[in-house]
Amino acid sequence: MDLAFTPEEQKFADDVRAFVKANLPADVRDKVKNGKHLDRDDYMRWQQALGKKGWLVYTWPRKHGGPGFTPAQRYIFENICAEEYAPGIIPFGTKMVGPVIYTFGSEEQKARYLPAIRESTVWWCQGYSEPGSGSDLASLRTRAEKDDDHYIVNGSKTWNTMGHWADWIFCLVRTDSRSKPQEGISFLLIDMKTPGITVKPIIMADGGHEVNEVFFDNVKVPVANLVGKENEGWTCAKFLLANERLGIAAVPQSKRGVEALKDIARAEQDNGRPLIENQSFAEKIADLEIQVTALEYTELRVLSQMAHGGQPGPEVSGLKIRGSEIQQRLTELTMEAVGEYSAPYLPGLLWQGTNEAPVGPEYAHLAAPRYFNTRKTTIYGGSNEIQKGIISKMVLGL
Amino acid sequence: MDLSLSDEQKQLQEQAERFVRDKYAFDARRKIAATDRGWLPENWAQFAELGWLGMSFSEDDGGYGGGPIETMIVMEQFGKGLVLEPFLPTVVLGGGMIARSGSKAQKEALLAPMIEGKKQFALAWLERQSRYNLADVSLKATKEGAGWSLSGHKGVVYNAASADHIIVLARTAGSAREPKGLTLFIVDGKAKGLSRRDYPTQDSLRASELTFDKVSVGADAVLGKVDEGFGVVEDGVDRAIVALCAEATGCMDAINAATLEYIKTRKQFGVAIGKFQVLQHRMVDCFTNAQEARSMTLMASLKIDDKDSVVRAKAASGAKVQIGKSGRFCGQSAVQMHGGMGVTDELSVSHYFKRLTMIDLMFGNQQHHLTRYSNLAMAA
Amino acid sequence: MDLALKPEHQAFADEVREFARKNLSPATKEKTLSGKHYDRDDHVVWQQALGRQGWLTYTWPKKYGGPGWGVTERYLFENVLAEEGAPRIIPFGVKMVGPVIYTFGTAEQKERFLPGIAASTVAWCQGYSEPGAGSDLANLRTRAVREGDHYIVNGQKTWTSYAHWGDWIFCLVRTNTEAKPQEGISFLLIDMKTPGVTVRPIIMLDGAHAVNDVFLDNVKVPVANLIGKENEGWTCAKFLLANERLGIAEVPASKRGVGMLRALSDDPSMAERIADIDLQVQALEMSELRALSTMALGGAPGPEVSTLKVRGSEIQQRIAELAMEAVGEYAAPYQPGMLFHDTNETPVGPDHAPPAAPRYFNMRKTSIYGGSTEIQKNIVSKMVLGL
Ligand SMILES: Cc1cc2nc3c(=O)[nH]c(=O)nc-3n(C[C@H](O)[C@H](O)[C@H](O)COP(=O)(O)OP(=O)(O)OC[C@H]3O[C@@H](n4cnc5c(N)ncnc54)[C@H](O)[C@@H]3O)c2cc1C
Ligand SMILES: Cc1cc2nc3c(=O)[nH]c(=O)nc-3n(C[C@H](O)[C@H](O)[C@H](O)COP(=O)(O)OP(=O)(O)OC[C@H]3O[C@@H](n4cnc5c(N)ncnc54)[C@H](O)[C@@H]3O)c2cc1C
Ligand SMILES: Cc1cc2nc3c(=O)[nH]c(=O)nc-3n(C[C@H](O)[C@H](O)[C@H](O)COP(=O)(O)OP(=O)(O)OC[C@H]3O[C@@H](n4cnc5c(N)ncnc54)[C@H](O)[C@@H]3O)c2cc1C
Repeated sequence: MDLAFTPEEQKFADDVRAFVKANLPADVRDKVKNGKHLDRDDYMRWQQALGKKGWLVYTWPRKHGGPGFTPAQRYIFENICAEEYAPGIIPFGTKMVGPVIYTFGSEEQKARYLPAIRESTVWWCQGYSEPGSGSDLASLRTRAEKDDDHYIVNGSKTWNTMGHWADWIFCLVRTDSRSKPQEGISFLLIDMKTPGITVKPIIMADGGHEVNEVFFDNVKVPVANLVGKENEGWTCAKFLLANERLGIAAVPQSKRGVEALKDIARAEQDNGRPLIENQSFAEKIADLEIQVTALEYTELRVLSQMAHGGQPGPEVSGLKIRGSEIQQRLTELTMEAVGEYSAPYLPGLLWQGTNEAPVGPEYAHLAAPRYFNTRKTTIYGGSNEIQKGIISKMVLGL
Repeated sequence: MDLSLSDEQKQLQEQAERFVRDKYAFDARRKIAATDRGWLPENWAQFAELGWLGMSFSEDDGGYGGGPIETMIVMEQFGKGLVLEPFLPTVVLGGGMIARSGSKAQKEALLAPMIEGKKQFALAWLERQSRYNLADVSLKATKEGAGWSLSGHKGVVYNAASADHIIVLARTAGSAREPKGLTLFIVDGKAKGLSRRDYPTQDSLRASELTFDKVSVGADAVLGKVDEGFGVVEDGVDRAIVALCAEATGCMDAINAATLEYIKTRKQFGVAIGKFQVLQHRMVDCFTNAQEARSMTLMASLKIDDKDSVVRAKAASGAKVQIGKSGRFCGQSAVQMHGGMGVTDELSVSHYFKRLTMIDLMFGNQQHHLTRYSNLAMAA
Repeated sequence: MDLALKPEHQAFADEVREFARKNLSPATKEKTLSGKHYDRDDHVVWQQALGRQGWLTYTWPKKYGGPGWGVTERYLFENVLAEEGAPRIIPFGVKMVGPVIYTFGTAEQKERFLPGIAASTVAWCQGYSEPGAGSDLANLRTRAVREGDHYIVNGQKTWTSYAHWGDWIFCLVRTNTEAKPQEGISFLLIDMKTPGVTVRPIIMLDGAHAVNDVFLDNVKVPVANLIGKENEGWTCAKFLLANERLGIAEVPASKRGVGMLRALSDDPSMAERIADIDLQVQALEMSELRALSTMALGGAPGPEVSTLKVRGSEIQQRIAELAMEAVGEYAAPYQPGMLFHDTNETPVGPDHAPPAAPRYFNMRKTSIYGGSTEIQKNIVSKMVLGL
């Protein structure tokens, strides 16, 4: 057992850092550093740079075009990207549909879709949730009826993240309504430009637009776009949910967030002294930092098991739970540090990147919207209550 | 970077598991706790035979070249069995401090026999007023010829009654609460002028109040350097904290396992109470808490040999905060989910709960270490 | 609406304080203030003094011998007694079986049992829980079979507080096994001296003996000891549980506890935690006062009093925890002699050290007994929120 990096690992770390410094566009770095919202092009420029290097799909096995990172390399890569203020990789292509396709897809599907995911030339989004099917995903009702070599899809999806930027959507659809709910679901890839698809924004509590409703009205989808067998889509869905949970802990981002919070606490004043010297506030940061460390080592333990041939089991649900709570706490403490200057609401500055001068310090106007927005992390990707349900059943046998 | 156990470490783990299974069934433990000493010499002899007393010392010191990971492995199993033998005060604290700061003569006279199971130690640092401040020492050592004379009081000294030697933190210079001017002395447990009041603790260990009335020791009783004992104690206590965290992790695993079993079998309203979602979610929270405790213990065990003393101190304090928090949560939850059975003396849960509670209070509780960690982390 | 005390209330408070100072034994008071365990006499002597004054039954209506106090007097009485270090009134007689008897009992039963309760000459205990019937109380199995003018009772009660001090026990027993569980239960008063009653101690995690198993082996109980109708005992049980929950919040004792905490530590981070618990106590007190004032206007305590019990027990637990934290490592020595046997040994560490950890351990019971926190929340969820 050893924490130290080997000379090869150290060299790898240097390579990653050099790469990020050379390839991360300065304006994108700046936005991430200042907590600003990124637009589609910001993500794309960075992801395409990673794609060219072969690192965008760093979690994929070699035979599907991944770089074959060891767990230690994976850890190093994620941490350095975060330390250097790279944006998080949008998971829908690389971490979600990609692995589903290389695990369950046909050879033609792999050849057709994987390259564009590896290079980030196509933007994917996730079409799982529906108005009547959130936690109870298996109750979904969007219908796909076979008509010769096409499916005709009717229904609506909701909470669709960044669907307004997406080229393709992967959907769970109902292909059999007579069997048990889980047994009549199929996994379908749909081109967002197909006639009959409408995307309608949902405005979030912080005023931002990041999620959408997507309506399907007699949308014609080739049967060739079905992944896996008809009515066996639930298998893909479960596989993907497990994958989703590992990344969602966002430990490197939270580590960076703690440092950002300390910077704010150094800049803010409290009784004529920097806020960070206020014992009770400093202890709140310390407490959070300890939580992040605990989560990091839990993740390292999981990665180390995987390195020895183990698979991440249902206990990774625990990572999602703690990871999301930590992200929330981080934004909450940031808002607390900013104090009353969290109150001014400046949508122009927030959303349109206008040049108006901020009220108070630069970081102030972001604090409250981020706090509000981050409440989502305990809801999406399977709410924390649902995660606990999963652990209780799968791990504890209750 | 690699966080997996080596084959030898896995064997050690199995060995320790087996010891606990064979010797520390709950009723057997109760009997051991009721003996005069509060621990069994035959178990101690077995520790020596298995090499546990020497495993974490270098070969130069007569040990077997292991380190904090070996200590972690054994302490975790001790936590599962609520083992009573004084491994922490003797081996981790006493032995560790002598190995790191002792003279060649001290190592020969004390460490070698300790590894053979023939000597035990205790560390006397706390005084009535100290709370968790290691430097708040008023027991005085004054020069007396070539040697020293010690007078004053020490409290809650674990294993003092069984210890052949007591390592005493005394003030040789400086004012109250000043870290500079503290010196460690190795005092014979039966020294003239040393009197004890022995008692059991809440969690069935043994401790004592010690009164020093002009206890004379030679110059060779000084451990490390005169006036510079603080660093030695602080480092020794940090290492003991990490070992204690491993013990707590074992306690949490055991108390969670017992609770899980209980809520699967206890029926109310016609179903196992584990079918109620509040209890399911609470059980999951216990499970997550224990995972975090394990992660922090591992982190601290890996970092406690770091060259940088700030890294070591942060690691120990960070882990202690987590153990305090997780131990409290698992302990209180286990009692609650057991209903009335949880507050009886009859089941093991209440005993794990008491041990976890006392672990939090030992060497500084959660709040104390949060403050310490915070001071270290915000300065950086 | 008015929080200020009127002069007559001030005079009343003074009278209560004077009474307590005159009648409360200093030894008992010392036990309260230091957190040690009482013995039977501590309770009996004090309760009999209250009884002579007519104050023991301060929650009873006038026509059954209560003093007929309003909300303010009741509030002052409880608070002043807590401040003066009086032990809490053992609830089984005065707060539990007494009200059941005057509400559901016959004229003979009232005459026979109420005076002993009001004077505290008879000690009662509560025989509800059984090994298989804790939260699921209606699952109880202790059988009472009618034989002429007696019931023959067989079964086991458990967790019976102070059964080893008890003269009488009030029991829920099953008189009909065919009906729905709730509909076959009866409420029976049993003399503990009846042949066939055996009490066996249960030792708690802090070493204390306060609860017991009670075995009932062919115990002959006169039918005259049945309260209410046969098979309608569940009504009495529910009535009593609601009563139990109100007193269990223990606000005055918690207020005293907060004061004691302040005296123990002036560490700033401790001060913040004490302030936090202080505010929780104040919020609880206002909620309780609101409930009392509804009752004063003729309303009945509703299911929302369940939240008083939940918060009250959490607060008691937290105070005990903070007191232990204030003691630090000196909470570790275990000194049962000082705690339970009134020995005169000098404590290890400060005077307040010996009870600190045992009390923390012991107080875990408060979120379990009288309906666990989980059960209370289920009740609120169902009865108040309609879930
Ligand atoms: C709307 C949305 C929906 C998503 N849905 C899913 C999903 O369903 N499944 C899935 O697997 N993944 C999902 N993700 C992606 C996943 O959450 C990301 O991998 C993760 O959030 C990290 O992304 P990031 O680096 O862009 O976040 P960042 O913006 O870097 O934030 C990471 C953390 O650091 C904090 N932080 C960053 N900068 C600062 C600062 N200056 N001051 C204080 N705190 C700071 C943030 O508050 C946050 O807690 C979603 C992402 C978004 C934005
Ligand atoms: C910002 C954001 C981005 C998202 N992005 C996407 C996306 O890109 N694609 C996509 O498909 N979906 C996305 N989602 C949807 C997300 O996965 C769902 O919101 C989530 O599954 C919860 O469903 P719901 O909102 O319908 O809540 P509900 O299922 O109605 O849940 C409401 C509450 O009830 C609790 N609950 C439900 N069932 C149980 C139970 N059995 N036991 C205990 N508690 C229970 C929940 O935990 C929650 O607290 C996103 C959501 C958000 C907020
Ligand atoms: C110190 C002490 C004194 C007592 N004194 C008396 C006394 O004098 N007389 C008397 O009759 N009884 C007494 N009791 C008994 C007390 O009322 C019971 O302990 C209590 O009702 C809980 O029952 P149980 O112990 O069987 O726990 P269980 O009912 O087995 O409960 C175990 C756990 O399951 C939870 N649980 C149970 N059902 C549900 C549900 N539906 N939903 C969610 N969670 C659930 C509980 O909350 C608890 O956490 C005393 C108990 C104690 C500890």
